[in-house]
Amino acid sequence: MSNRIDVKKTYKLFINGAFPRTESGRTYEIKNAKGVFIANPCLASRKDLKDAVVAARAAHSGWNKASAFNKGQILYRIAEMLEGRRTQFVQEIVLVTGVTKVKAEKEVTESVDRLVWYAGWSDKLSSLSGALNPVAGPYYNFTVPESMGVIAAIAPESPSLLGLIDAIAPVIVGGNTVIVLASTKAPLSAMSFAEVIATSDVPAGVINVLTGKKDEIAPWMASHMDIDGMDISGLGAKSHGAVRIAGAENLKRIYSFNSADPGRILAFLEHKTVWHPIGL
Amino acid sequence: MSFYGLVDGSDSSLKKYLGGLSGVDQVGADARASMLATRSIKTTSKRWAIDTAISMVDLTTLEGADTPGKVQALCTKAVRPDPTDSTVPSVGAVCVYNDMVGIARKHLDLIGGSHVGVAAVSTAFPSGRASMPVKIQDTQDALDAGASEIDMVIDRGAFLSGDYITVFNEIVQIRELCGERAHLKVIFETGELVTYDNVRKASFLAMAAGADFIKTSTGKVAPAATAPVVLVMLEAVRDFYSMTQTRIGVKPAGGIRNTKDAIKQLVLVNETAGPEWLTPSLFRIGASALLNDLLMQRMKMDDGYYASPAYVTID
Repeated sequence: MSNRIDVKKTYKLFINGAFPRTESGRTYEIKNAKGVFIANPCLASRKDLKDAVVAARAAHSGWNKASAFNKGQILYRIAEMLEGRRTQFVQEIVLVTGVTKVKAEKEVTESVDRLVWYAGWSDKLSSLSGALNPVAGPYYNFTVPESMGVIAAIAPESPSLLGLIDAIAPVIVGGNTVIVLASTKAPLSAMSFAEVIATSDVPAGVINVLTGKKDEIAPWMASHMDIDGMDISGLGAKSHGAVRIAGAENLKRIYSFNSADPGRILAFLEHKTVWHPIGL
Repeated sequence: MSFYGLVDGSDSSLKKYLGGLSGVDQVGADARASMLATRSIKTTSKRWAIDTAISMVDLTTLEGADTPGKVQALCTKAVRPDPTDSTVPSVGAVCVYNDMVGIARKHLDLIGGSHVGVAAVSTAFPSGRASMPVKIQDTQDALDAGASEIDMVIDRGAFLSGDYITVFNEIVQIRELCGERAHLKVIFETGELVTYDNVRKASFLAMAAGADFIKTSTGKVAPAATAPVVLVMLEAVRDFYSMTQTRIGVKPAGGIRNTKDAIKQLVLVNETAGPEWLTPSLFRIGASALLNDLLMQRMKMDDGYYASPAYVTID
């Protein structure tokens, strides 16, 4: 039975809980390490970014209000779903990057563990980064972390799955919503990860995934007035300056990280202080 | 009143007039409207369309929770939609309940907005379920308070039961009451009229009875100003113009929330009634949220990057 026609997968974007093609109709070719054609993912346009921002903004208030416990559960659910589809992710990583199966398996395992690790931070953030401040009066004075809003993140070229998770999870665990731009050379993991997100009870619009050229999309992200912060860890160092200048125009908080630590979560939180009378 | 020589005011002449109208090809109207919606308007044309659309907005607040403060804020926004940019035109009018007309008129005049009209929704808006003396008094109140435009609702119950003469007479009476003082817009609530044939019939009925504008909806019923309905009404004003040499305005209201929707409406106008209708005196868009999106798109065209809702007012 070798005359069965291949069922080829179309790789699309993930915006507002749906899988649209790019409105521009543009695509680009990706090839494996040996130069063999693999797929035609979408080359996202400025309007795709705009649509993603609208979705992320609309989703923010609901996600921000979800309890820390609930947010942690949903992140853990993403880990569960990813674990269940590890074979597919291993195959895709091997196909695109040409690494050994053992290496690919290690990356997927680390990705699942990383998600669980971020999930655990959810209900600990306010105790660990908040404070009960001493004040000169009969008041409690609390400082609590609050989400910043809509964050744009650029995932590194490699590792394509683990790097994507480091771009997404620390942003959303604190109550932000995210638009993530996947690895340009290896976007398959990102698009398959979008399918994982779609089946993990993540509300529509909380995570939006784009594929395309980083140097094209990053300046649009930086100049967009309705994006509050940006993670440019995955952007080439040469482009950092221009993006920081564009972001400074609208007072955007722009960070670049080189490790997975709680600082990634705290970077996109704002600390707010409230007063409460003692004895009431 | 002459009714353009189309009817003599009797039930029989009205029935004959409305019975002689051609039907609307529903599938054709839907297809034509969706085809026109695919037109792409860019760069300088888009910029022109945004400014034109702003000048056509009837900035509306029709809520039980309206306060004098909210209406005054709305008026301020109507005169100078973007306080940071004086090149943004004023909107066509503000549209309020008639107890707010006096407050709106006074505030507009105070802040140099005498060129912005005040439209009052009238005749037991939004349902139209009241006796004629009540509807007349309702309209009289709005006129006395300084309304320059009256948005009246028709009695949909009478229309749907075929009692066209009642609807006709109501419009005639309100038209007489408005006289030279105010423009009359007649609201059909197309979402309740069921068929495009009814929309066409209501359009011709209202135009013959003396409407200056025909308006789709109250904004309280969905669907409101869908593209095919607006198309049918624009075809009606076009046909009415060829019969009487009189241009009647059209006002879609309800459901037009973003720039893309507004530009689609302008395309419909241009391609159906013609470019003569692309003026605030013949085309208005009843909306509240739309204005912010128009302003944000305008900022984007000027600055080159997408704006944030945090930079425009909430109401």
